[in-house]
Amino acid sequence: MDTPQFRPLDVGAIRNDFPIFATTPPLAFLDNAASTQTPRPVVEAMDAYYDTYRSNIHRGIYRISEEATEQYERAREKVAQLINAPRTRQAIFTRNTTESINLVAYSWGNENISEGDEIILTIMEHHSNLVPWQLLAQRTGAKLRFLEITDEGLLDFTQFRELLTEKTKLVAIGHVSNVLGSINPIQSIIVEAHAVGAKVVVDAAQSVPHFQVDVQQLDCDFLAFSGHKMCGPTGIGVLYGKLELLEEMPPFLGGGSMIRSVERDISSYAELPAKFEAGTPSIAEAIGLGHAVDYITKANLAALQVHEQELLKYAHRRLEDIEGITLYGPAPHQKAGVISFNMEGIHPHDVAGILDTHSIAVRAGHHCAQPLMKRLDVIATVRASFYLYNTIEDVDRLYEGLCRAQKLMTRRK
Amino acid sequence: MNIYQEELLDHYENPSNYGTLTDPDISHEEDNPLCGDRIRIDLNVEDNTIKEVRFCGHGCTISQAAASMLTEAIEGKTLAEVKQFTKDDILDMIGIPLGPVRLKCALLALKVLKAGAYGINAWPGEEDE
Ligand SMILES: Cc1ncc(COP(=O)(O)O)c(C=O)c1O
Repeated sequence: MDTPQFRPLDVGAIRNDFPIFATTPPLAFLDNAASTQTPRPVVEAMDAYYDTYRSNIHRGIYRISEEATEQYERAREKVAQLINAPRTRQAIFTRNTTESINLVAYSWGNENISEGDEIILTIMEHHSNLVPWQLLAQRTGAKLRFLEITDEGLLDFTQFRELLTEKTKLVAIGHVSNVLGSINPIQSIIVEAHAVGAKVVVDAAQSVPHFQVDVQQLDCDFLAFSGHKMCGPTGIGVLYGKLELLEEMPPFLGGGSMIRSVERDISSYAELPAKFEAGTPSIAEAIGLGHAVDYITKANLAALQVHEQELLKYAHRRLEDIEGITLYGPAPHQKAGVISFNMEGIHPHDVAGILDTHSIAVRAGHHCAQPLMKRLDVIATVRASFYLYNTIEDVDRLYEGLCRAQKLMTRRK
Repeated sequence: MNIYQEELLDHYENPSNYGTLTDPDISHEEDNPLCGDRIRIDLNVEDNTIKEVRFCGHGCTISQAAASMLTEAIEGKTLAEVKQFTKDDILDMIGIPLGPVRLKCALLALKVLKAGAYGINAWPGEEDE
């Protein structure tokens, strides 16, 4: 794994692992930015837990509980390795990106943010990397500052330097925009934020599934992602944090598993990661996520990225030919596998509705990014997003579906 | 069966009662924040009967076609009769099954009508939830 030999994805073999594509016509699933499909090995790993060693983890003094604990912790190792976390215990299991970010906003935010402090966000954040900070600002009297985008959909780095002051305590930024696909220059942002003493939370929901993310190289303070966007099941996500920060932070939720000892009025808390994993966790889902990590690393993340780039470039070329289409976001080489667009005179819902009648699944709406929609001056967009099992034929079908939609909706106008 | 069949598209492209009334007795406008669809309905009422109705707005096929169909259905009816209109009446007019997202599109016109005429602000079908 240390010297990944480049070999292209075997998309045919990959598709065989996904029973959902076995229909005719096959589903052209182009809503991967929302959630991805689940391959057999992931489902089988979860089945094995339910069929052969179903039990609660920790504390069980019998064989299958020990097995469950071992598999759960093994999944943590895989996740930690995937992002190159220095210590396995720096990978906290949560439900999803949203919960990971909320954990930071409450546990770290309540202790470290106060009136007059400033939090820098970008105008392209998903609501899950926006609303938790609004709530924190309301609790503490801190102020939110927004980094704008250029007309190409890239961050305005000059403005970032202007916003960044000694008042800045936190920068919360998406690694990849779920609407525009823009890959943000978080490495430089982290360096500059650290120079003024601010911490950086990275919303990696759209990056970890699609390319190699190395938390040590980035030097980010926190990083959040979701299992269901990377071939894993729903209900499991990850928060990575720097060790010294996680150790200083008070618990987020209180309850079982997160304690060392409990007295009537006071408790002492467990070490990491248990301190942040109160209650029975999503055991099968964590195990499934571990196998999803195996699955995408075996396919090879570098090859996956190349494959998505090819699809993206091809999609840009084809869609640009359609009359009256507007594509949002930067050029393919500056973004991950997401393409957002609108068609003149056709509501995005209708575009998605018509594509659906041809078994093509895309998303239409505000994509949980209403401030960005306002900036783009649109109510909604249509979004197609790719993953390792998508093919050139999927893009061709999208193109043809869009042509049909156009014909249908502009008959007599 | 699919949403994009002739009848609905006809209503979308050539809507009935499209426009506004000058000095209407009742006028109300709302949008669906989820997708930005917007509908305004104007009514002229005489002897508790809807004499004239117009709608305008923008949005997807379903929201605009449903509004067009609804205006046809309520013209000449009494306010008491129209108050009885339900979600199911709209679904019957549309005549095809809709998923939960498109359901809201279909119901927007009725919601606007009920809010304007009767001050009922809930989504049709969710009144007592
Ligand atoms: C950029 C980004 N951040 C956060 C999220 C939220 O993820 P989840 O719903 O799994 O918490 C998403 C997914 O919708 C996303 O695309």
